[in-house]
Amino acid sequence: MKIKILGPGCMNCEKLYETTKSAVAELKLDAELEKVSDLREIQKYIMMTPGLVVDEKVVHQGKPLPDKEKVKKLLQSK
Amino acid sequence: MSNAKKLSLIILAFLGASVWWLVYRSLDPFANWFTYDLLKMVTGSRLALAVEFFIFEAPKVLMLLVVVVFGVGIVRSFFTPERTRRILTGKFEAIGNVLAALLGVVTPFCSCSAVPLFIGFVTTGIPLGVTLSFLISAPMVNEVALVLLFGLFGWKVAALYMGAGLIIAIASGWVIGKLHLERWVESWVYETGTGAKPANDNMPLTWDERVRFGRDSVNEIVGKVWPYVLAGIAVGAGIHGYVPQDFMASIMGKNAWWAVPIAVLIGIPMYSNAAGIIPIVQALLEKGAALGTVLAFMMSVIALSLPEFIILRKVLRPQLITTFAAVVGIGIMVIGYLFNFLI
Repeated sequence: MKIKILGPGCMNCEKLYETTKSAVAELKLDAELEKVSDLREIQKYIMMTPGLVVDEKVVHQGKPLPDKEKVKKLLQSK
Repeated sequence: MSNAKKLSLIILAFLGASVWWLVYRSLDPFANWFTYDLLKMVTGSRLALAVEFFIFEAPKVLMLLVVVVFGVGIVRSFFTPERTRRILTGKFEAIGNVLAALLGVVTPFCSCSAVPLFIGFVTTGIPLGVTLSFLISAPMVNEVALVLLFGLFGWKVAALYMGAGLIIAIASGWVIGKLHLERWVESWVYETGTGAKPANDNMPLTWDERVRFGRDSVNEIVGKVWPYVLAGIAVGAGIHGYVPQDFMASIMGKNAWWAVPIAVLIGIPMYSNAAGIIPIVQALLEKGAALGTVLAFMMSVIALSLPEFIILRKVLRPQLITTFAAVVGIGIMVIGYLFNFLI
């Protein structure tokens, strides 16, 4: 599983990255996490940062940020 | 959510609101008691005026901020960018400008999203002018500015600010749309076209999550702005007690016609959020500066900022950024003169 966290590096993007990291750890997923901060790359997926992309599919964008339980749900619904 | 949980949430909200209201109503007598009974200050002395002002205003404004930011947070959880984009797609200009300015107030937005949002809008066929209406109103007409204005100067000033902000966002976007400046958008924006594929909307939110979003907004926004608010009110209290009335009247009063454009020009390189600019606004207003001039200054500081232009430079050519700044700047000046003339 390939997970991308999209955001130019503001606070919310960091928060989402941390949440996703611990969600992945708790689910014991075999996933590769990548931070994407290049705007041209980001805008291919979303309009509102931060964004969460799982295997090239946008599962979340913008605020309100999902909490850990929701991120788990988003990862598992894949 | 189970019914029992829903019920307990409603009861909790009701209790919270009642306690809030009781505390809010007792702030005025408390400030009076604190100043004159506890500290035994001389009635009407300068220091007493300043202390009473601070003790009353600081908790009042913070309490208002918490409630409004929480409420706006919940309202915003209903407006995803995807939904905003769907509403705006296929709308004619004019109507589109009005809708975009209004949606700019309620759609959750942070300036780091300005570029992806811009691309996401224009590549799905939302006109350039409509997109800019959104980008003008989103930062300018925000709940922090409105609460501070309401708390310190009353609902009329807050309503004027909101109305003026919306009108500037609508009119500036409409004018830029009429000028047909699409050629000054960086060409790669339209070439990518990838933003055009509508993303999946987020998973629907539960009420639990909406409440959490409201709480998070309070932590994030009030946590960030409270030192500015306190500093602002402290400055205001000092001025309230010490600086002579009409101190600013000759420089920034109604009769100083040059004050409006100068206020706008000074405001452009300055960059601050609403909370940071309030001390200055309060100081100026109380000592005789004209309302229109001060609001023009505040709008220019919040709406026109160099950092935002640098971010937008990634998608807009310099000519378009200059035009954008000029149109919005002129709009702010017109509003400034209008208020000075009418009020």
